[in-house]
Amino acid sequence: MARRISTTHRVTATAAGWLVGFLIFFPILWMVLTSFKTELDAFSTPPQFLFFHWTTENYAIVQERSNYLHHAMNSIILAFGSTAVALVVAIPAAWSMAFAPTKRTRDTLLWMLSTKMMPPVGVLVPIYLLFRDGGLLDTHIGLIMVEFLANLPIVVWMLYTYFKEIPKDILEAARMDGATIGKELIFVLAPMAVPGIASTVLLNVILAWNEAFWTLNLTTVDAAPLTTFIASYSSPEGLFWAKLSAASTLAIAPILVLGWFSQKQLVRGLTFGAVK
Amino acid sequence: MRILYGALLGAASLLAVAPAQAEKLTIATVNNGDMIRMQGLTEDFKAKNPGIDVEWVTLEENALRQKVTTDIATKGGQFDVLTIGTYEVPIWAKKGWLVPLDNLGADYDVDDLLPAIRSGLSLDGKLYAAPFYGESSMVMYRKDLFEKAGLTMPDSPTWDFIADAAKKITDKPGEVYGICLRGKAGWGENMAFLTAMSNSFGARWFDEQWKPQFDQPEWKDTLSFYVDLMKDAGPPGASSNGFNENLALFNSGKCGMWIDATVAASFVTNPKDSKVADKVGFALAPNKGLGKNANWLWAWSLAVPAGSKKTEAAEKFIAWATSKGYLDLVAAKEGWANVPPGTRSSLYANPEYQKAAPFAKMTLDSINSADPTHPTVKPVPYVGVQFVAIPEFQGLGTTVGQLFSAALAGSSTVDQALASAQQASTREMTKAGYIK
Amino acid sequence: MATQQTRTLGRVLLAPSVILLFLWMIVPLGMTIWFSLLRYNLLDPGTESFVGLLNYQYFLTDPAFFAALANTLILVGSVLAITVIGGILIALLMDQPIFGRGIVRLMVIAPFFVMPTVSALVWKNLLMHPVSGLFAWVAGLLGLPAIDWFTNWPLLSIILIVAWQWLPFATLILLTALQSFDEEQKEAAEMDGTPAISFFFLLVLPHLARAITVVILIETIFLLSVFAEILVTTGGGPGLATTNIAFLVYAQALLQYDVGGASAGGIVAVVLANIVAIFLVRLVGKNLDA
Repeated sequence: MARRISTTHRVTATAAGWLVGFLIFFPILWMVLTSFKTELDAFSTPPQFLFFHWTTENYAIVQERSNYLHHAMNSIILAFGSTAVALVVAIPAAWSMAFAPTKRTRDTLLWMLSTKMMPPVGVLVPIYLLFRDGGLLDTHIGLIMVEFLANLPIVVWMLYTYFKEIPKDILEAARMDGATIGKELIFVLAPMAVPGIASTVLLNVILAWNEAFWTLNLTTVDAAPLTTFIASYSSPEGLFWAKLSAASTLAIAPILVLGWFSQKQLVRGLTFGAVK
Repeated sequence: MRILYGALLGAASLLAVAPAQAEKLTIATVNNGDMIRMQGLTEDFKAKNPGIDVEWVTLEENALRQKVTTDIATKGGQFDVLTIGTYEVPIWAKKGWLVPLDNLGADYDVDDLLPAIRSGLSLDGKLYAAPFYGESSMVMYRKDLFEKAGLTMPDSPTWDFIADAAKKITDKPGEVYGICLRGKAGWGENMAFLTAMSNSFGARWFDEQWKPQFDQPEWKDTLSFYVDLMKDAGPPGASSNGFNENLALFNSGKCGMWIDATVAASFVTNPKDSKVADKVGFALAPNKGLGKNANWLWAWSLAVPAGSKKTEAAEKFIAWATSKGYLDLVAAKEGWANVPPGTRSSLYANPEYQKAAPFAKMTLDSINSADPTHPTVKPVPYVGVQFVAIPEFQGLGTTVGQLFSAALAGSSTVDQALASAQQASTREMTKAGYIK
Repeated sequence: MATQQTRTLGRVLLAPSVILLFLWMIVPLGMTIWFSLLRYNLLDPGTESFVGLLNYQYFLTDPAFFAALANTLILVGSVLAITVIGGILIALLMDQPIFGRGIVRLMVIAPFFVMPTVSALVWKNLLMHPVSGLFAWVAGLLGLPAIDWFTNWPLLSIILIVAWQWLPFATLILLTALQSFDEEQKEAAEMDGTPAISFFFLLVLPHLARAITVVILIETIFLLSVFAEILVTTGGGPGLATTNIAFLVYAQALLQYDVGGASAGGIVAVVLANIVAIFLVRLVGKNLDA
């Protein structure tokens, strides 16, 4: 049964929500606007909001210069590949820590997180040497491995937190009904965990999508994702803000679409979970 | 899940397409305009050299330097042709990491290369990298503002003239600042400018025993002059301005003068990018009457890493990209103003180029007046004008750059900055084993 | 009650990730510790020699070290404070009946999609620049002098940029947690006429405790190694105002190519990070159990 919501409440919430959303989104909006300006307009004062000479020449330049689809495809492979592998390994681990905790669970969790504390720059040379000897430089497999391992602690953590939120008595009830552990996982736990898994996937895809250190340093051509595409537009000698804005807009577009769908997924998964 | 599968399958089919028949060169380069143009002309190279395919890795300078250095030092073998600067070439050549370029072809005409540039890329008389474009630094100024203030820019101004003119032009309420200079910390940012400036003041980084010289009066004069000048006539936010920030300021008409790389000349005079395109004049970088101008020397150059299995094809590519024929090719397709400058004498003798590039003479004079082996007044144990060609310089230069940007921002005094710089460089040079 | 069977199964399920992470940690860590004891410059191969703790000595006595340590803590602390408090407020707002909620949520999450270097460049040049930036123009409209962000408030500028990037993360985690909040409880509280403020502090905040813990711990990990934003905006300056530990390690590794020094710096950073983590766990860790 839905609560009754007063119109005033709805109007204030809507106004406040849009205002906050707009403020947070503004730098990106500004970047997108800049991508349609000429380089000269991009930094003119007073700033030009809508009444400037709109041009798509920046996109044309980017289109001509770079193989956007190649990079985008690599980003998709790396981001989803590493997240998928991470889920396969992390769901069982998080499940066992949430529902069959031992004395060492908390220590294990913290230890997992501490594996991420090494600043990547500090271990670049060892990893580079390992990759060189293993023939993994500029390969999808190598990069998926790195991204997967880099994000695994976070995936485990987030899943663990969400699993903890699931009321234990529901599982108990299922067990009473004679459900096996496999069935318990698939039919009871999974539906309830959907929102948590969805937001974990979303966050990790984004983290992997934006991961610029390893992807820049361990790829050259074949496995180079959008981060290297961006790096080819940032800070050359010469004016670049409009072109960089165009390239960045292209780089975030796919993930913005993903964000839109998973956002819906999040809400839907949630209404499932709320039905008790 | 199905989307994911689709994506993976799609990717797999994408990867399966490219046949690996032709010999493929992987070329690492910087994302500056001239290199982008080269990338656009790849087809010409392929047409002239059937059987050689080219794959570009174009990145911004810092990312490129990191990758290329890591790769060559660990012998990762990811690249066949490298784009490196005059800083790297002498260091890497000495280590035996670069292939000497002996086979550039009969019609290459090595002697046509500008002597200053060529000597910066050679070791023991052998060329280890071929210059793609070269640059020095010079003064770019607004002729209209100078006229309004009743000033005439000499061809070779002194620092005192520059300071005086900067103050006269400055109109802070009107957002016109007399002079824009680099201030962002970094060995290739503010330190490139300040090191070149210090040369004209007679300062040096190290004496012949590698003892740092920041405790000497020449450095104090340099830094005080710079800080005072920027305080009086510089734009706000100068301590985080680099090349591009200043370019944006100059092109939107906020700077009276700007001393920076000669390649900037083609940006500030391009009406598409600049509001002041028809009002810009050029002059040599300033001096202090000590026989050295404050201009630097840099050449982005192409080199082949030692151990590459495609040396022959790589040299063919380098010969193509740095040849006279390439200059003609660019001129035919994009006009003379867009050819990569600063590498060949013949270019500057070409009347068509002189007509298309009003900054040609000043660029050539600037390049010719820089001497990487005798950068400053006193003798030094190192090579390099706006840098010291030792492996430690990137780190040390950045540390000192931070200290000097603090002096510019006003969060430390000139004396404090110099004392800390002296301390930091003594420490670093001791650690690296230069000071016994 | 966990039976013997589930406990064994639990170990089996946990094993792959523990083993993989262990290898991922131990192999580079082992190499890093070994390198940290060597004189090893990538640009000077063939001169490797064992120098004991010399690299640590140099890293810890670096005049920049303590400033960097302080900056790291200030950066992490401020960004955490901004993102957690801001994240809770925004998550509460996003949980309200907003018309077009999906779009608003997407706008709020969007900063997370932008690569750190790009957002740093956009903020520095298009927004914060004292001459041509948008903020300077807004200040001018209001008759105020433009703020010279990176000269006068360098660390604050970095904090703002980084906080903007991480606010969406906090919001998303907290929003998901908030949505699992019991509708019935909400209704009950409303019927009782519980004032909104005490409802928030007595019921909502405790419910969010675990999510907040997760936000703090995960963000800390990333914030401790922030350096791309610093490199493209200030280069660590002016002075040491924006130099953090990660930037020092970067300078060792990718400017000096001093693998020995960088490894020592990396190990120091790990130790420091663990100290911070232990402290954080003391502070918020009790939320992990239960």
